[in-house]
Amino acid sequence: MRLQFNDDGTVLVRTGKVELGQGILTALTQIAAHELGMAPERVLVLPADTLHGPDEGVTSGSNSVHDAGAALRAACVEARAAAGGTRETIPWAASAQPPSLPRLDLPAKLAGRPSYIHDLTFDGLLHGRVLHPPRPDSRLIEADMAAVPGMPGLVGAYRDGEMLGVLCERSAQADRAIARVASAARWRNETPWTDELDALARLQQLPAKSHVVAEHGQRTRANVARTLKARYSKPWIAHASIAPSCALARWDGSSLHVWSHSQGIFHLRRDLALAFAIGPEAVRVQHVQGAGCYGHNGADDVAFDAAWLARRVPGRPVRVIWSRADELTRSPLGPAMVVELEADLDDRNQVLDWRHQMWSTGHSHRPGRSATPALLGSWQTEPGFAQPPAINMPLSSGGGAERNAIPGYDLPAWQVMSHQVKGPLPRSSALRSLGAFANVFAAESFVDEIAAARGEDPVAWRRRHLAHDPRALAVLELAATRAGWAERARTEGVGFGVGFARYKGTGAWCAVVAEVEAGAQLRVRRLTIAVDVGLAINCDGVRAQIEGGAIQATSWTLKERARFDRDGITSDAWERYPILRFCEVPAVDVHVVPSDAPSVGAGEASVGPAAAAIANALFDALGLRVRDLPLTAERIVAAMGQA
Amino acid sequence: MVTTRFSVNSVSHAVQAEPDTPLLDVLRDDLGLKGTRFGCGTGECGACHVLVDGVSLASCNLPLWAVAGKAVTTVEGLPAQLVDAFVAEQAVQCGYCSSGVLIAAAALLRNMPECTPADVRSALDGHLCRCGAHNRIVRAVLRAAREARP
Repeated sequence: MRLQFNDDGTVLVRTGKVELGQGILTALTQIAAHELGMAPERVLVLPADTLHGPDEGVTSGSNSVHDAGAALRAACVEARAAAGGTRETIPWAASAQPPSLPRLDLPAKLAGRPSYIHDLTFDGLLHGRVLHPPRPDSRLIEADMAAVPGMPGLVGAYRDGEMLGVLCERSAQADRAIARVASAARWRNETPWTDELDALARLQQLPAKSHVVAEHGQRTRANVARTLKARYSKPWIAHASIAPSCALARWDGSSLHVWSHSQGIFHLRRDLALAFAIGPEAVRVQHVQGAGCYGHNGADDVAFDAAWLARRVPGRPVRVIWSRADELTRSPLGPAMVVELEADLDDRNQVLDWRHQMWSTGHSHRPGRSATPALLGSWQTEPGFAQPPAINMPLSSGGGAERNAIPGYDLPAWQVMSHQVKGPLPRSSALRSLGAFANVFAAESFVDEIAAARGEDPVAWRRRHLAHDPRALAVLELAATRAGWAERARTEGVGFGVGFARYKGTGAWCAVVAEVEAGAQLRVRRLTIAVDVGLAINCDGVRAQIEGGAIQATSWTLKERARFDRDGITSDAWERYPILRFCEVPAVDVHVVPSDAPSVGAGEASVGPAAAAIANALFDALGLRVRDLPLTAERIVAAMGQA
Repeated sequence: MVTTRFSVNSVSHAVQAEPDTPLLDVLRDDLGLKGTRFGCGTGECGACHVLVDGVSLASCNLPLWAVAGKAVTTVEGLPAQLVDAFVAEQAVQCGYCSSGVLIAAAALLRNMPECTPADVRSALDGHLCRCGAHNRIVRAVLRAAREARP
């Protein structure tokens, strides 16, 4: 974090964190204004740029307010001390809830002023389009580049390895040219994929690297009256941002300038340098905002594509925008997961031992971490870099598949095992909350199954096992009270369910109560959410993130499943990848616990608890346990058949 | 290349382009109006909506010839009062879907000034929002409706 004080009384803040639609630049402005005792209008947080730094890694994992916020406060304190002021940080008002600064970027975005990378333009700009093979490993067997010369506005058509691309003067011309190229291109896939349902069913049979993530207490066979077991699953899920990924690039001699909405511009710079065999100092990546980002989407890949095409036209800027189909089929998906839970119960159905195992591919396939670039086009063009493996980050960095698998409840003994599988599967990488979504969905469903076995109220069971964690208890009680849990009426087809987790075991505490109506379709009527993020720097921003996370999770839980067949991903349009619509969105009440404890992030805390609350409410409504997401009408009917 | 005449936000334009060029490209690239956004190219997501003679339509798959002689309104031409209601409710997160949403809201408020929350949801049902700002958006449209009443 770097500060620059100007003579006109303004201060410039250089941060490595980037705006993804989550409001981080507003929150950082608010922190700097507070610590420096300045009006927010005099603080300008600049977009991240590798030329100026600082390198603050990836904007992900709900870490920005915690990490960058703390770094910014420290920098402000230093600056104040250098000016002869105090070295103490300035406490926020005793109310512990600072007034929320309205989002600084919204007036321009809402008025339709240029705000996104898609709006950025330069003199002499060329429009590029690329054709990535249907799968990362497909081989190009036929292409007719002779079909395009002579098309209006065409500057060039290129084949390089398995990838094809065009450059045109106008955007619509580029669309037409690439469509012509696409109609004549044929690829071959060496190893067929199976479809998404079959792949998920076989996930546990794939070769895996297994390890015990963590364990506690000693499993004992004495007093075990019964063992409950359940298997849960979550399919591949698309990021499905409203804007397709986009980037601009320009080569000047051997130096490359890229404009990107990447989450990690320094990581992208490193991998671009690797891919084009130049030094990282020859690459400058400037962040420009894109549409909402929920994890590792196509932003980095399209930056490679723009640089790859721009290389043919030195000195000229090139914009590449992916198509909707590219966005849904060429971006990494959120990986599928299978979670198996087992609990040994005594004769009063008290838990003696709890075992949580999960199977999935690695949850991180991001650039900047491997010997070869993690950029789609770099594997498909000459020299054809090897695709690096997807990994799970260590638990100390939040983990990947294992995230939130360690129980937050007070249990005598437990063990968590991870099975990282490898197979001919679609490319997958980080999607909002990583493994936490599936782990919390599964574990919180399983808690309800145990409570049901005891005939115990699900909130009461959680209360009994959270006595060691007062902040957990507080959000649980708050959500239950505000949702009217104790007074809820029994109505045919209507159910209430609860879900709780402390994100990553180290982040925000979040409890969700869902009210659902189960008819021909499952409909979520209302989500009542309580969250403790410590000091909420921008309380309205916290509400927006918690509510947005819960609504996105409702969409994942009710509707979403990426489809594929032997040759690639087939859910390539909104029609084939439906997401939650306005008429289906539940009412959402968010209650933020007032606190002056250190701030933690809010972006991902509600997704797991929301999914679990909905599944548990379905059980409450119909007495049916659906353990495979999404909770579609077909799945509910199938569960009826088994009941 | 053909000349197509139409008005955008009450200003007359004569645009030289192939007649099947999508209106969206003409607005963004020829007229420099960047407020209308590309989302899918097939009219499925609502991000690119504009008013054509008062009707909310996708501009990504609307050919230029189809608006010859017509009056197009983009987000840049909407009344400030509607946009202000969205700011007051902090009604978006990334904001990328907002111009299409604002256009649909403007059409709704003109046809149905006394709209209910259900009317708003139904009018916006063809507009996708991935960030989960739906409920704030509905509140913003209702606020604009309230504030427009005498």
